Amino acid sequence: MTTDSHAAIEAVWRLEAPRLTAGLMRLVRDLGAAEDLAHDALVAALQQWPSDGVPRNPAAWLMQAAKHRAIDLLRRRTRSDRKHDELARELDEGMRLARRDPADALDDDIGDDLLRLMFIACHPVLSAEARVALTLRLLGGLTTDEIARAYLVPEPTIAQRIVRAKKTLAKKRVPFEVPAPAERMVRLASVLEVIYLVFNEGYAATAGEDWIRPSLCDEAVRLGRVLTTLVPGEGEAHALVALMELQASRLRARVGPRGEAILLLDQDRGRWDRLLIGRGLAALDRAVALGGGGGFYALQAGIAACHARATTAEATDWARIASLYARLTDVTRSPIVRLNHAVAVGRAEGPAAGLVLVDALAADPSLASYPYLPGARGDLLERLGRVEEARAEFVRAASMTRNARDRDVLLARAGAKVS
Amino acid sequence: MRFMVIVKATRESEAGVMPTPEQLAEMGAFNEQLIKAGVMLAGDGLQASSKGARVVFNGKERTIVDGPFAETKELIAGFWILQCRSKAEVIEWMRRCPNPYPHDGGYVEIRQCFEAEDFAPAADSGPKA
Repeated sequence: MTTDSHAAIEAVWRLEAPRLTAGLMRLVRDLGAAEDLAHDALVAALQQWPSDGVPRNPAAWLMQAAKHRAIDLLRRRTRSDRKHDELARELDEGMRLARRDPADALDDDIGDDLLRLMFIACHPVLSAEARVALTLRLLGGLTTDEIARAYLVPEPTIAQRIVRAKKTLAKKRVPFEVPAPAERMVRLASVLEVIYLVFNEGYAATAGEDWIRPSLCDEAVRLGRVLTTLVPGEGEAHALVALMELQASRLRARVGPRGEAILLLDQDRGRWDRLLIGRGLAALDRAVALGGGGGFYALQAGIAACHARATTAEATDWARIASLYARLTDVTRSPIVRLNHAVAVGRAEGPAAGLVLVDALAADPSLASYPYLPGARGDLLERLGRVEEARAEFVRAASMTRNARDRDVLLARAGAKVS
Repeated sequence: MRFMVIVKATRESEAGVMPTPEQLAEMGAFNEQLIKAGVMLAGDGLQASSKGARVVFNGKERTIVDGPFAETKELIAGFWILQCRSKAEVIEWMRRCPNPYPHDGGYVEIRQCFEAEDFAPAADSGPKA
């Protein structure tokens, strides 16, 4: 087999696997079986395509190959001793699908099937880790090996995680469905959370590593975009895409020539990705137009948009950022968000106003080992001219951070105060 | 990874002949698939070179030359910006593209964009909040 045809089959597989698995899931109602059937179709393609060439409609070819096996499976199930009505339903469905052109059968409901697949992969009965792994596998078309490399864990760990997740879904009889309205918001929130977890994992990735880690950002934004086409009326889905596109727009500006981290306000804004900024701002407009301006992701996207719109750091609309953070503290109650709020107030209204808010957080036990608290306090004190106190805070922050580059920056600031 | 797919100009595109409603519908359906897969970042058709211009560089001199330009085969008539995981994926997508050259035959060209990693190492710093 040539590398070319192998690469072509892999590409077809990545494009088609989610749709194929989703369509088969509707037929056989079992995630393990659906995945196996899809995989068998891939094996058949690997045997045939290198000699026969990639078919004109590879999606239909794969579905056809998988469907034959699915019908066999359903026939075998009738010989087992399962409930009669259940078997009848499965067979009816199987025959209905068998009579139709497989490509049509896929296209008719494929949007719904993909959405069902997303909802089942992100089901709240699963742990966050399991949801992430299952989503990347089922919707991203990533192999367990790729997921393992992306998450820096051994491959068997991911494989086990996926097997256990599939067992849990089967044991709890989680239906393959778009959730009813009463449940929908909670279930959608779980999908959004999983996508954002994937994004943040990629965002935290460092250089020189496997390409797959930073590419998690791309994959998360892509999954978010797919979701917005499946649930176009959900403002928070558009808001999450806005947030990810805007954060991704700064990816290439956040690292200096020696690999050091560059903070947002110090970044060369000329290196921000204008294409992604435009897409992010447009997605935020859609979220707001849908009435989704006040949610968890929309408020963060709104803050990211303030930075994106400012042509220089000095032009940042801190008053607006401070008010968005204030609203975000109501949504999340996170002390880190409250600290960010204090920092924004310090920019908008002056360091004295910011310091009052930061000091109010000093006793919060969850921030006791959070280096950004003394870091932010040091910054405000420095701007108030309280140099010695500022220096002490930077030293304290440096002793708390586990990131060597951050420590260098903080110690440099502490040292700069000596003179 | 980000790719640009370049559609070459044809005699029709250069003559300002608009696509037929069928061609537009076909291309629209293809774009819809790209959007639903979350891979299409941007894309546009370009007007004929007669409406364009060139800024010609020669040392410190700048000369402006208005269109149209003669060498049709070297001109472009449209583009996509796609985010895909490999060149093979872009190829697979473009195999599914409706023929943009129903009368002449021709090709679209796939080119990979430079990424930040191509210039400098990347480093860590988490997103805020």
